[in-house]
Amino acid sequence: MGRISNVSNLKNRKIKNSIFKSLVVIFALASAVPLLIILFFITKEGISSLNLNFLFSLPKPVGETGGGIANAIVGTFILIIIATVISVPTGIAIGIFLNEYKKHKLSYYTRLCVNILQGTPSIVIGMIAYLWIVKQIGSFSAFSGGIALSIMMLPVIITSTEETLKLLPYSLKESAYALGIPYYATILKVVLPAGINGILTGVMLSVARVAGETAPLLFTAFGSPFMNLDIMKPVSSLPHVIFTYATSPYNEFHSLAWGASFVLIAFVLIMNISAKMISKRWKVKF
Amino acid sequence: MRNLILVITIFTLLISSIVFNGCGKGDKDKSAKEILGAGATFPYPLYSKMFDAYGKEKGVKVNYQSVGSGAGIQQLTSKTVDFGASDAFMSDEEMSKAPAKVVHIPICLGAVTVVYNLEGITTLKLSPDVLSDIFLGKIKKWDDEKIKSINPDAKLPGKEINVVHRSDGSGTSFIFTDYLSKVNEGWKSSVGTGKSVNWPVGLGAKGNEGVGGLVKQTPASIGYVELIYALQNNMPMASLKNKKGNFIAPTLKSTNAAANVSLPEDTRVSLTNSDADEGYPIVSFTWILLYQEQKYENKSEEKARELLKLLSWMAHEGQQYAEPLSYAILSTEAVKKADAILKSVTYAGKPLL
Amino acid sequence: MNALTLDNTILKVKGKAFSYRKKLNKFGVFDFLFKNFLGLSAISFIILLIGIFLTLLIQSIPSIEVFGINFYTKSVWDPVQSQFGSLPFLAGTVITSFLALLITIPFSLAVSLFLGEYFSKGFLSNLMKNCIELLGGIPSVIYGFWGLFFLVPIMRAFESSIGVPPLGIGISTTSLLLFVMIIPYSASIGREVISLVPSNLKEAALALGATKYEVVRSVILPYAKSGIFAGILLALGRALGETMAVTMVIGNRNLLPDSIFGPANTMASLIANEFTEATGDVYLSSLIQIGLLLFIVTTVINIVGKQIIKRFGKD
Repeated sequence: MGRISNVSNLKNRKIKNSIFKSLVVIFALASAVPLLIILFFITKEGISSLNLNFLFSLPKPVGETGGGIANAIVGTFILIIIATVISVPTGIAIGIFLNEYKKHKLSYYTRLCVNILQGTPSIVIGMIAYLWIVKQIGSFSAFSGGIALSIMMLPVIITSTEETLKLLPYSLKESAYALGIPYYATILKVVLPAGINGILTGVMLSVARVAGETAPLLFTAFGSPFMNLDIMKPVSSLPHVIFTYATSPYNEFHSLAWGASFVLIAFVLIMNISAKMISKRWKVKF
Repeated sequence: MRNLILVITIFTLLISSIVFNGCGKGDKDKSAKEILGAGATFPYPLYSKMFDAYGKEKGVKVNYQSVGSGAGIQQLTSKTVDFGASDAFMSDEEMSKAPAKVVHIPICLGAVTVVYNLEGITTLKLSPDVLSDIFLGKIKKWDDEKIKSINPDAKLPGKEINVVHRSDGSGTSFIFTDYLSKVNEGWKSSVGTGKSVNWPVGLGAKGNEGVGGLVKQTPASIGYVELIYALQNNMPMASLKNKKGNFIAPTLKSTNAAANVSLPEDTRVSLTNSDADEGYPIVSFTWILLYQEQKYENKSEEKARELLKLLSWMAHEGQQYAEPLSYAILSTEAVKKADAILKSVTYAGKPLL
Repeated sequence: MNALTLDNTILKVKGKAFSYRKKLNKFGVFDFLFKNFLGLSAISFIILLIGIFLTLLIQSIPSIEVFGINFYTKSVWDPVQSQFGSLPFLAGTVITSFLALLITIPFSLAVSLFLGEYFSKGFLSNLMKNCIELLGGIPSVIYGFWGLFFLVPIMRAFESSIGVPPLGIGISTTSLLLFVMIIPYSASIGREVISLVPSNLKEAALALGATKYEVVRSVILPYAKSGIFAGILLALGRALGETMAVTMVIGNRNLLPDSIFGPANTMASLIANEFTEATGDVYLSSLIQIGLLLFIVTTVINIVGKQIIKRFGKD
């Protein structure tokens, strides 16, 4: 700390201080610039291709103008619903387990697996879903895509459930026990509702995350130009449509891709923002 | 702990029963009116038009994903699609590896064009050797003497040539490399023919769409795409010197001219570097691939019949959509052979058509 | 929905308590089932992970048997001759990720200090925090799309001005794109660890007359360095496995990269391109082996990163 106590070059130190501060501010603000450019770009290019026909009609054959992304929007919702139905109950159950048996050996390994899965590249999950489901059933399907996405949602839901429940006071459970309420009911009807804001936030964030996933869908949901509601058949999805249209040479496909990007970004942002609102508004106060 | 094991067993049994049940049911519930195909991007503009028209006419939904010929063959082999599509016919080795006998139905003819992106240059002539040398990386600049000597009038820039090729397994690559192997020994020995080869130079892009997009975006680039992709995107195409020494531009007519050869019974034939005077040298059939025996993996007889009806329609009525999209239609001989092959397709040993 | 209070919850429960008690005899069964269900979920989750690993391992055996260690040292990727060496993709992945990381460090550090120290509260801080969070929420494919139509032309102009072949796509563009994509990961962890630096340490230094810069340099950074490192490590894990954005701008060239402006390919991008069409067992198995490697590397990075953060929290 010798340097600090040296007062003689106070001026120098002050200059250094302000230079450093401005550097921090400049670099930090610069990091936010790409976001603004991306949002501006997508909005500018996307809005122009956005209309009712675009949202509610099916794609046209190559070379014909018009056509929309209704199939991709529906496909994305189907995939998300399948993924949510699978991952939410399991994720919450695992989260409860981790909170209830904090020091259990099983919890230790489960947490380890959550960490691993959180960092696993989505393309690897896609390979797995292909090898496990597509190859076994013998068909590309929305179901296999949903499974891949549900695997990706699990870590987020588990962590948010555990983190939320951890913060609840133990007295909540004690009072329930004191009233003679059984264990399962205490958890399901007292503890879970009290932590619902955190859990819902986690669910919505995980949905926002997988809604834009493309890599695992290349080998599983596969894409389809039709409105398909059968989960054992291939479906299209927004990110997949963006990928195939963006890399094509057709200008009209590019504008479809911009429009689809706009819809996808809007969806992701809405999910993110409502997740935040839920976490604030539905918070149980103690 | 003992309780846990008990519960695990019950759980596993439950899951497996659901899964197996699902496997058995899945296909029966599928309506026969939905057909899934995947493969070549080369005929994709035509197929998407054909399937759209067929859907409106017959109410059959055909989901065709243009994922590349390699993927088409692979997915047919792993039985995840009803038909595959490829511009490279399956080699004898690939046929022997497939789980059952695969037949090839020719649908149309297409030309692989050499497209480039050079400001101000709308006509370019290339000889087989120059083309191979560019793709081998031996000719690096656009103003190379070899290019200049066949294009004396063009103002070629001194820029580096950016080669663009396919990054995925592609029938278009197969046709293109098949041609280069036929005309250039160096290519044949160092790179060879294949759906995906070890490219000596260049950028990779996915699909005909991807290559077209990348060439269009990258100045001083050269790539190869199906004729319709070049036309739809107004991309300039090089004229190639054919076997007879004439420089031929890729058109519908020169494509047709090249296809005037006799066909083997299974239609598996390479048409590149043909002897025709006015024939464009990089031309090929594009095929639809399916199993000769259609009774597999719970596939219903109605579904197999719908598939055959579709293919027969493509070889006959569907041909009207080919020429507007710059694909050459099948010759009468090819249609006859296609019919014979379709008649040989069976369901549980009985012919379907 | 109105905010619940604890009182409300308990009152509600009290009302039902009687009916619960009536079914007392069933409780044991339900509790037993419920507890086992929880445990079972956890066990099946672990089995899922083990299953992923084993599937990848077993499916890569054919290529391990054929190529052995050469798989990682050979640079020929030739599906025609069935010769597979993954060196070009290892190199492509490592180069793009580390370049991206190098650019990210000053920026993510600045964001972390901005949020964790200089403007830890208030409007500006909230705005910044939300921006960075949103940056992390944008789907990868949209980054790629944007990169293709915004970054690529800029890079092309830049490349032609410095006299290298103006492709626009390639390693440098990929790294730039990855840099934007991983800022949120390293910055959010950096912010957290910096805000965890005990304020009595900082105040002591300030009381001694230190400027803010000196506090940052001599107190905050030394204290938080392991946590910041962990954040960067986790960001690296992200960059290594990034697929869609990379495959759109890297140029997909299956050769060893020869220039940072030239095209290359990464492991994840290769799988995205070739997995559905790999004909032949060895080809498919080689791709799966690359997936296995990706899985192992990201796993190690994640465990190490998380461990450092955990230890940091305990200090």
